[in-house]
Amino acid sequence: MSGRHLAKQQPASFEFDANFAALAQKRIAMYPEGKQASAIVPLLWFAQKQHDNWIPEAALRHIGDLLDMAYIRVLEVVTFYTMFNLAPVGKHFVQFCGTTPCWLNGADKIKDACKSFIGEENTITADGEFSWLEVECLGACVNAPMVQINDDYYEDLDEDSFKQLLADLKVGNQTKIGPQTDRVNSAPLGGNTTLIDNTLYDGSMVGGYKSVLKQIEKAEAQAAKAAVAKAKAEAKAEAKAEAKAKAAAKPKAAAKPKAKKTAKPATESKPKLLKAARRGKADDLKKIAGVGPKIEGILQQLGVYHFDQIASWDAAQVAWVDAQLKFKGRIDREDWIAQAKKFVEEGDK
Amino acid sequence: MLADKDRIFTNLYGQHDWGLKGALKRGTWDGTADFMAKGDDWIVNQIKASGLRGRGGAGFPTGLKWSFMPKGTDGRPHYLVVNADESEPGTCKDREIMRHDPHVLIEGCLIASFAMRAHACYIYVRGEFILERERLQAAIDQAYEAGLVGKNACGSGWDFDIYVHHGAGAYICGEETALIESLEGKKGMPRLKPPFPANVGLYGAPSTVNNVESIAVTPTILRRGPNWFSSLGNPNNVGTKLFCISGHVNRPCTVEEEMGVTFRDLIETHCGGVRGGWDNLKCVIPGGSSVPMIPAEQCDDLVMDFDTLRGLGSGLGTAAVIVMDKSTDVIRAIQRLSYFYKHESCGQCTPCREGTGWMWRVMTRMVEGRAEKREIDMLFDVTKQIEGHTICALGDAAAWPIQGLIKHFRHEIEDRIDQYAANPDKHGSVLAAE
Repeated sequence: MSGRHLAKQQPASFEFDANFAALAQKRIAMYPEGKQASAIVPLLWFAQKQHDNWIPEAALRHIGDLLDMAYIRVLEVVTFYTMFNLAPVGKHFVQFCGTTPCWLNGADKIKDACKSFIGEENTITADGEFSWLEVECLGACVNAPMVQINDDYYEDLDEDSFKQLLADLKVGNQTKIGPQTDRVNSAPLGGNTTLIDNTLYDGSMVGGYKSVLKQIEKAEAQAAKAAVAKAKAEAKAEAKAEAKAKAAAKPKAAAKPKAKKTAKPATESKPKLLKAARRGKADDLKKIAGVGPKIEGILQQLGVYHFDQIASWDAAQVAWVDAQLKFKGRIDREDWIAQAKKFVEEGDK
Repeated sequence: MLADKDRIFTNLYGQHDWGLKGALKRGTWDGTADFMAKGDDWIVNQIKASGLRGRGGAGFPTGLKWSFMPKGTDGRPHYLVVNADESEPGTCKDREIMRHDPHVLIEGCLIASFAMRAHACYIYVRGEFILERERLQAAIDQAYEAGLVGKNACGSGWDFDIYVHHGAGAYICGEETALIESLEGKKGMPRLKPPFPANVGLYGAPSTVNNVESIAVTPTILRRGPNWFSSLGNPNNVGTKLFCISGHVNRPCTVEEEMGVTFRDLIETHCGGVRGGWDNLKCVIPGGSSVPMIPAEQCDDLVMDFDTLRGLGSGLGTAAVIVMDKSTDVIRAIQRLSYFYKHESCGQCTPCREGTGWMWRVMTRMVEGRAEKREIDMLFDVTKQIEGHTICALGDAAAWPIQGLIKHFRHEIEDRIDQYAANPDKHGSVLAAE
């Protein structure tokens, strides 16, 4: 964290000029209604641009009023973000990156040059031209060392080119933004090792997607066909197994729970399951003693949403559900089916 | 090594037209409406099938992340938020996309937003990238004018608005929930999760935050097919990746390479090798400042992908490779990173707020050797107490570089202490928490 405070000497008032006021309105319109607070960082940035690269206290109040925010919230934001200058800076404000990637490539020398050319950190030269500040990584690490002066990045510096740059700025000479060597942006010095194939740039890349898309569509159609065939085969096998299970279990729909307890069915059979609750409204299965939120969740995942589903289970189906729940014998023990039947009857009344 | 025809970012260095005309010629915005006509689920499935893992550092599968967005609607809008708050020391890849190939990103935003049923997208660019955000805005204006975004984007029937927002110099805003807080006009302090942004994100609405590179590669994945993308690299670590190689190499650069390229190939092919020759390598930070370093002994056939580096106790992170040669004072290099994390801690969680400053102060003494050897273990212990005890990963990120240093270069710290002890100054040494 960094401690940041407002400057002692403050101008009496601040208001956006016509240009920035229009920009501010455009900015506020970018966010949904009632969310105009989102524009605060851009608006503070406008204030800094308009006011010699630093933000006076009056601007915080002005922006607070514009965005309908409490002044303290504006102060919170402006002191949190380190790009906002809360006190005057030089006309050329040098933000020097001292983080490890730049440091590895000689940022210390740039720092020394800042000190010798400009003076101590955070002090403005007598002519008001320069001040400097060490900042954290500016995200141009392959072009290290680098500085940002006002809005512009100056990269691939060394001591000489940096001093030359400051001298040029001082007398108002045109400067070259970006790498101060012959390098092209972030390409390796001395020429590209990649992106030399001219067919990338002659328009022959256009339209290539069509054949790929066709292939994908073909594969998808095949997969869909295979899936249908598989589902059919599975349904057939399942129906066969179910029929077999029913025959083996000799279902007794009216059998007393007591009888069920002793007569353990030899096979399990899948009861009728639903994809979703009917009319989108599941019964509260937790009403059944022994069913808590967890078991209710598992039942719903299986496709059991209603009391009448449970009430209609036969022994083999109870066995199947029991196996899914992994609570051995619980359905019989707590007599869910009788309970469910009761709830069904109550529901019908 | 990757062939030019398989590169996604074909104007990485800005040697060609960044504008719409140039982008169209390079195949951007080609078939966008056709892909959208296939439906949102289809797009998500294509991205899932491609095996794309997020390029912002954590490597979470992008298609899966997209599928977390709620299917139905409860009246709240959906948002796509693109994380262009690139501030991890060593990382400077998204910058190249925004300033040199902005249309690739804009097209990706449209496709990703459509796939997540979002009608609006905010791109959060770090404050210092002024030229980058102006360039991006200019490209967006071109896209609006050409009808590629806006009402009925690309003629797909989907209304889509895209906005460039910016920060003002806070590393923490690269954390997705801090970014959302910042975008809402507050201090960038991370939120507790859950709820995750996919349920309660920007303005309390379902949102997905994705890195610039993750979004920008998606149109090409659709154009070339998921099979093409997953055929590059190693299983579970597929596709292409922008590597930013900085530090002690002869020609530092940003370059797009195949995932799983070896470290040696990467720097010898593209960067002219380590300064002073391969044997002069001391260590490398393979994925941006937050990941622990890897010593030279492990670099000989080091494979640059998520799983290999994690296996070595490091990480691919953002693929920002910081190379250090034998002349490096590695204690100072890590101490400077400690200062970075101290500076960038948002101050919300005590272990991080207090711990980053404490670690930096101890590291500063260790740079001079003004410490006791038992303090190395104490420092290690403190990093372990910070790690995992904070809302966001900044605490971890501050702890890991120091852990890496102690793990691999403990002898150097001890030598430094011995040197200092052999030439004591009149003040004597001071203990830990001064």
